[in-house]
Amino acid sequence: MRKVAIVGIGITKFGELWEMSYRSLAAEAGLKAVEDAGLSGDEIDALYGGTMTPGLFTDGQEHGGPLLADAAGLTGIPSTRIEAACASGGAALRQAYISVGSGINDIVVAGGVEKMTDVLTPSATFALMGAGDQKWEGFYGVTFPALYAMMARRHMYEYGTTEEQMALVAVKNHANGSKNSNTQYPFKVTLDQVMNSTPIADPIKLLDCSPITDGAAAVILASEDKAKELTDTPIYIESSGMATDTLALHDRKSLSRTDAAIKAGKDAYKLAGITHNDVDLAEVHDCFTIAEILAIEALGFCNIGEGGKFTEEGETEMGGKIPVNTSGGLKAKGHPVGATGIAQAVEITEQLRGEAKARQVDGAEIALTHNVGGSGATCVVHIFKRRN
Amino acid sequence: MTSIAGYGVYIPRYRIKIHEIARVWGADGDRVSKGLMINEKSVPGFDEDSTTIAVEAARNAVEHSGVNPKDIGAIYFGSESPAYSVKPTASIIAEAIEASPNMTAADIEFACKAGTAGIQMCMGLTKSEMIKYGMAIGADTSQGRPGDALEYSAAAGGAAFIIGQRGIADIEGTFSYTTDTTDFWRREAEEFPSHGARFTGQPAYFKHVTSATIGLMERLDLEIRDIDYFVPHQPNGSFPLKVGKTLGFETEKIMPSLKVPYIGNTYSGSSMVGLAGVLDVAKPNERILMTSYGSGAGSDSFSILVTDLIEEKRNKKTLDSYIKDKKYIDYAIYAKFKRKIKGVSMG
Amino acid sequence: MAVKGLPASWRKIPQRYNLIGDECKTCGERFFPPVTICPNCRRTGSLERYKFSGEGEIFSYTVVRAAQEGFDFQIPYFLGIIKLKEGPLVISQIVDSDPEEIDIGKKVKTVFRKVREDGSDGVIRYGYKFILDR
Repeated sequence: MRKVAIVGIGITKFGELWEMSYRSLAAEAGLKAVEDAGLSGDEIDALYGGTMTPGLFTDGQEHGGPLLADAAGLTGIPSTRIEAACASGGAALRQAYISVGSGINDIVVAGGVEKMTDVLTPSATFALMGAGDQKWEGFYGVTFPALYAMMARRHMYEYGTTEEQMALVAVKNHANGSKNSNTQYPFKVTLDQVMNSTPIADPIKLLDCSPITDGAAAVILASEDKAKELTDTPIYIESSGMATDTLALHDRKSLSRTDAAIKAGKDAYKLAGITHNDVDLAEVHDCFTIAEILAIEALGFCNIGEGGKFTEEGETEMGGKIPVNTSGGLKAKGHPVGATGIAQAVEITEQLRGEAKARQVDGAEIALTHNVGGSGATCVVHIFKRRN
Repeated sequence: MTSIAGYGVYIPRYRIKIHEIARVWGADGDRVSKGLMINEKSVPGFDEDSTTIAVEAARNAVEHSGVNPKDIGAIYFGSESPAYSVKPTASIIAEAIEASPNMTAADIEFACKAGTAGIQMCMGLTKSEMIKYGMAIGADTSQGRPGDALEYSAAAGGAAFIIGQRGIADIEGTFSYTTDTTDFWRREAEEFPSHGARFTGQPAYFKHVTSATIGLMERLDLEIRDIDYFVPHQPNGSFPLKVGKTLGFETEKIMPSLKVPYIGNTYSGSSMVGLAGVLDVAKPNERILMTSYGSGAGSDSFSILVTDLIEEKRNKKTLDSYIKDKKYIDYAIYAKFKRKIKGVSMG
Repeated sequence: MAVKGLPASWRKIPQRYNLIGDECKTCGERFFPPVTICPNCRRTGSLERYKFSGEGEIFSYTVVRAAQEGFDFQIPYFLGIIKLKEGPLVISQIVDSDPEEIDIGKKVKTVFRKVREDGSDGVIRYGYKFILDR
């Protein structure tokens, strides 16, 4: 496996983008990434596009491979849609990484896009339930907030985690997101505001949830040789770890732990030859505040069961032991499901390049992304390094 | 002898007080409640219908009887509020109690007496040894037009009886009385039933219940003193007492079955639920006379002699346990549960 | 009108009506919902039909206040992950219950209820839900 680096990044504004379509979002992110890499476009060998369910979110449109290539003006190249629910972006990044690493391709686009506001909320809720088990969960009126609520309830029961500790994840991520111009909700929230927000699925409240978002992101991956030709600041992908768990939450070994994330993290650390202590910052999948607590535990930043306390102690804030979700996370930045995994890589690239401005983690050398599909049935972890 | 091998009842948990309904229509709750002799009525939950009520009652009957469901050769479901106009509920019940597929099943319609017609069909099939056991169910989530007198009484509930050759109570005989008397009806695709008001009384309920009861007593050569419990159809609290009095039954022979003050009129469930309530407390060798009534119109009367087996096979899921386990709702929640709010649906 | 998922629902009648799952005769583990292969024994597993009692206890729960399509008029509704007496966890609604009664560890049992209706002219899908075993 040869070395692979990110040489270009592009991201759209995240939010309720009424004027933008699925195609225009994809094109904007793709073109920005191509421009950032200093390419014309002709150099691109292949595209991997992460997208969950454009058919259910828009007008029945599927066949994302050619659709995305076409939209980005890259008609003709091999282009594959990658679907892993909310981890579609991370999974697309992994496929792009493998394809360049293997030597088959030299320059590849990994993109992610989702247009979620063309349907009303109940329909979006149904579409998102496709990330869970429609037959044994969705059939009974299960929603994603409900699944995470039941994970949160177990975490509270087993470890004494509090609703306030979960709310603090939102407070922190909004504080970070307020410094990010692409963010859907670029404002701060207080603990009181989170605690008093509308109940959605007890104990989860509105401000514990990531929003429904339109958005797209893209990164250009290149082999080490090509990367050095293209940029002075290639950001190396050191490793990729991916694992799956049962589709349905109730079939898992534990509700208060995400085993796929533990395994994906372990594999990624091993392949990169590092431990969690070496990581300077992480973008984790905080689709709900409890999800960030589960993530930091699974990745080893704190012990299992101590994520709430670790958050409360400020260890995941800017300046803490391990800054988590400097971008604002899914919580503040928004969560266009297929784009999220790529958007995480965009943030990490900006950080490791030293271009994150007000959000910059000083001296960041090694960083990690953690992208989850469903209630934890897929997890993709990538580790990035500034220097080879 | 044809016998009841087991029975089961089911009453939904929700109740609305007659006073609460009266409040909505500016009526005097005391007067309505006293006139009908109904204090409160059962209301099906949002996710309950006559099918789910029937399945719960049927499962309770199977559990009580100890019968292998595969030995149940026929299931007859009587209701005037079936979930489907075309597509039997009986087949859903058969699947839900695992009696299917080698058996027969059908839904029966005869207003509030379809369930007892099912008992008669099961009697014929078991007595002729065409089947080992048959199950007859009466269950309804009755509809009453908002503001109509029926709204005070139309309730939800059901009972299931397993008929076989040896059981907790022998059916000594049955007698039916049927005429074309249109006192209460619901046309195809109409949401609510219509009725002939006072015409539902003398020429309808009273005439048919008394005729069937007297017919059976004559056929079996029974006197009032031979009968320990009289269980007539219970559209309200006053009709059963009045018809009992006309026939010469003492009030104490009617009271044990008279649960309508606490649950309302369960329509197809009514007399069968009443019978179940009596079987919960009856002793060996006691005789029960049940007479159903279905508008349109007809009555089926049954003479039932409790056997020794009842002492060793008491039903644990008694009618009273369902009556006691209740939760009151107001008219707004009632209107939601019964889909009386425009646009409210399940899908 | 043609209805979506009619055969798929029909195939699940044994599970949804009667909690029919599997037992692996090789390792003894019981599964609900049924599995296509025993995840412990794989090729050496031997799956047989197993009927669950429907008794269990609440393992986790929530109150849904923002419903999925088709459940709009049922809010607020309880969902529970139930630990069946025989081992597996299963998810469904907990009905006919008040908030103060619901807690982890509370005993529940199955009831037969309507789960979904495909509009007023479509099929009704029945299945298991849970009530507190009072």
